[in-house]
Amino acid sequence: MASLGDFRKDFDILNSGDYVYLDNAATSQRPRQVLDAVSNFYKTSNANPLRGLYDLSMAATEQYENARAVVADFIGASRPEEIIFTRNTTESLNLVAYSYGLENVHEGDDIVITVMEHHSNMLPWQMVAKKCKANLVYMEPTEDGTITKEEYESKITDKAKIVAVGHVSNVMGVTNPIKEIAAYAHSKGAIMVVDGAQSAPHMHVDVKDLGADFFALSGHKMLAPMGIGALYGRYELLEKMQPFLTGGEMIEYVTREDATYAEIPHKFEAGTVNAGDAVGLAEAIKYLKNVGFDTIKEQEEKLTTLLMEGLKKMPYIKVFGSKDPAKHCGIVTFTMEGVHPHDMASVLNDDHVCIRAGHHCAQPLMQFIGVGSTARASVYFYNTEEEVEIFLDKLSKVREVMGYGA
Amino acid sequence: MELKQLYREIVNEHNLHPVHKGKMENPDLVLRGVNPSCGDDITLQLKLKDGVIEDGMYDGSGCAISQASVDMMVDQIIGKKKEEAIKLAGTFMGMIKGDITDEASLEELDEAAALQDVAHMPARVKCAVLGWHTMQEMLENPEKAQNS
Repeated sequence: MASLGDFRKDFDILNSGDYVYLDNAATSQRPRQVLDAVSNFYKTSNANPLRGLYDLSMAATEQYENARAVVADFIGASRPEEIIFTRNTTESLNLVAYSYGLENVHEGDDIVITVMEHHSNMLPWQMVAKKCKANLVYMEPTEDGTITKEEYESKITDKAKIVAVGHVSNVMGVTNPIKEIAAYAHSKGAIMVVDGAQSAPHMHVDVKDLGADFFALSGHKMLAPMGIGALYGRYELLEKMQPFLTGGEMIEYVTREDATYAEIPHKFEAGTVNAGDAVGLAEAIKYLKNVGFDTIKEQEEKLTTLLMEGLKKMPYIKVFGSKDPAKHCGIVTFTMEGVHPHDMASVLNDDHVCIRAGHHCAQPLMQFIGVGSTARASVYFYNTEEEVEIFLDKLSKVREVMGYGA
Repeated sequence: MELKQLYREIVNEHNLHPVHKGKMENPDLVLRGVNPSCGDDITLQLKLKDGVIEDGMYDGSGCAISQASVDMMVDQIIGKKKEEAIKLAGTFMGMIKGDITDEASLEELDEAAALQDVAHMPARVKCAVLGWHTMQEMLENPEKAQNS
């Protein structure tokens, strides 16, 4: 069996030794196999999928539809038609908001989300709430990031039509109790939308087991190219929804005045599709399965433990979320007393250490935890203990650079 | 100048021991400047008499570069005519964009010229120009900056 060191060799950008890359929650790196798969698609099978009547176009179509089946299998969808290819999680969630939300939410209804949501699972619902004159209700976590039973049972009422929650918070790293929230949402007659951008790269996902009616993911956070994402939608729901974008390739029949639409999933994939990157996503999934989610989790926990233990030794560092490294999904968000996160990130950049600093597209959460911005280090399975040690060593020197005595 | 040197030799002093930070009594012009993407947030306050900046202060929070830059700026513009301050803002922003590099122009910026190397740090450009941009905006459009 291949070791983690062997897998790391597949990532040229990591092998260059130029960077310690700890911004995996923003985007992952890609292994050679994924880049080759995309390149091979264009070298050997490229034609416009889904419309040509010649062999090459049919080959492209076959690869694209195979990729759909791979994604369906990966997250436990009942059938490939339940997978719609999009650009990313943001587009997936907007599709649900526009095509399902605007049609099914009415004046006085509730849309329930959490204050931890990434803006991509917040702004589309703000839009729906405004247009439909509905209420946007926020569930709030405890200090360690937990949405308690009392919290979701008090916020999700019979008025709720949509409950939309991030599977894993991109700031706190906490995994939300989606299965329990979904069951409760369903009992109140609401549908469950899950933002899986931060979970799909790190854990086995089964949309049926979770009780998700919609589940959104981004390829670029899970070894695939930027610009390919997916939306899972329950077949019965997708079938009733109107298209999000209209135009080429999503039609059945068009006259001067009207059009009928293609069957799902193509009804939701207007225009020439991103087949090359869909093939890349399928290859990324194959790669992740080969590494195995048990191995991924084990390595992430080992690195997160090391990272959090190291931060504990710096009294001027405050870490957000749970004290248990196993509950961080590789994401550690923190502040340094007296030093703005942007200065921290700039000084670390000087040492070729890449971390994120800012509001992480979660401004209401920043307001909720009472900080303007934070720094975030996030690991993936290909990171090493040595890299975490380098990060801790460089971080321990930042305050000195910023003018605070040693 | 390298980043760490820039912090150690210029930025830290103004960031940790600002001269012009605080709230001013009865300013003539007040304008808030924000970098939404990073959370730098300053409120610039000026007193003007006969077209001359009599006094200036800023309040707020942000990264060291944004705070040090505005502190140095206020130092520069006190005692200057409104038009001179606006021209200076143009020079500073030109320097940060890398368009203005000649010694004579940079000399007018005095200590603020030390931030010249931010031109090579694209991620920090907005931090360095926040104060200058806010000052230019309030002097050119005083109706937006009336103290209410």
